[in-house]
Amino acid sequence: MSLFGFAFKPRRAKSAQTAKDRLQLLLAHERASGAPDIEFLPQLQADLLAVIRKYVKVDDDDVEVKMQREDDVSSLEINVEMPARAKDDAKAESGTGSAKKA
Amino acid sequence: MTTQMKEEAPLGKIIVITSGKGGVGKTTSAAAISAGLAKLGHKTVVIDFDVGLRNLDMIMGCERRVVFDFINVIQGDAKLKQALIKDKRLDTLSILPTSQTRDKDALTQEGVEAVLDELKQEFDYIICDSPAGIERGAQLAMYFADEAVVVTNPEVSSVRDSDRVLGLLASKTRRAESGSSEPVKAQVLLTRHDQGRIDRGEMMTVEDVLEILAVPLLGIIPESQAVLRASNVGTPVILDDPSNASRAYGDAVARLTGEDVEMRVGDEPKPGLFQRLFGRSA
Repeated sequence: MSLFGFAFKPRRAKSAQTAKDRLQLLLAHERASGAPDIEFLPQLQADLLAVIRKYVKVDDDDVEVKMQREDDVSSLEINVEMPARAKDDAKAESGTGSAKKA
Repeated sequence: MTTQMKEEAPLGKIIVITSGKGGVGKTTSAAAISAGLAKLGHKTVVIDFDVGLRNLDMIMGCERRVVFDFINVIQGDAKLKQALIKDKRLDTLSILPTSQTRDKDALTQEGVEAVLDELKQEFDYIICDSPAGIERGAQLAMYFADEAVVVTNPEVSSVRDSDRVLGLLASKTRRAESGSSEPVKAQVLLTRHDQGRIDRGEMMTVEDVLEILAVPLLGIIPESQAVLRASNVGTPVILDDPSNASRAYGDAVARLTGEDVEMRVGDEPKPGLFQRLFGRSA
């Protein structure tokens, strides 16, 4: 650092506080919604598929389960793509369900 | 056999020194803590779990006396007694070095358990020096532990990894899996502490780290030149010339044995006049 550094550089925010804030935010996520959440997703997808198949004929990759994490809320998004039917069947639209969890 | 018992059965307590992140001072701490316990008269053995990257022997200064190792014992090629190296400075201290040529797959859970069970018959403290990471070697080092010392630097990646390791201690250990016994007693050993940088807002404080990790503090080891000096000559820092680091390790060891020692920040002496005038501007 230069002898005159203090004259030219603006005062920087304390980096230690930044470190602490980043860690707290990150670890809150890693602890609460780290591995366990990810682990159940494939099983959830399989279970949903089984239930839906009781009523509708869908393909293996027609059910999509996604988990998204934001600052204070995580969302679980389930997309079910319904098969297009002949027109005598009521129009079967793709349905989107979304469940929020804190 | 009914000859009289020894004065007292050994304590047989297994303590893992772990961290997740590498380079934070696990082996330095394992060497210092085991030497410190032995110095207090406790029969102590320190085991190197870092298969393939043997280093504890160098820090302990016994690298030229290694004949058989941990893996030889696990695989039945040598007796435990043949592999244990008696420390030349402290007759209560033994070292069980690891293999430099095998890899971590040579460790088996049954093998580790058998060796630890045998050591428990003779030693008060069994210190397991974990490899970095969270894979097989690290998991086996922590699996049978009664207590854990999580070595942490006041730095983001180290704290994050320590948090991860604390999670594993609470789930992937024998104590955690049995459900009936007490969980592994985990404590943080904060190393490379630098009060000057904390004062300048460049380093997280002890309180910051403890607030994040939420486990008790075993000790605060200051950043110290004594650590490198001691490793250069193969002496655990606690047995080397008195330094703030060796005193801090001494305090931590006393706490480990249940003593109530006041926490102190024994940083190395303040920088000189020049540094104090010009070293703080940025």
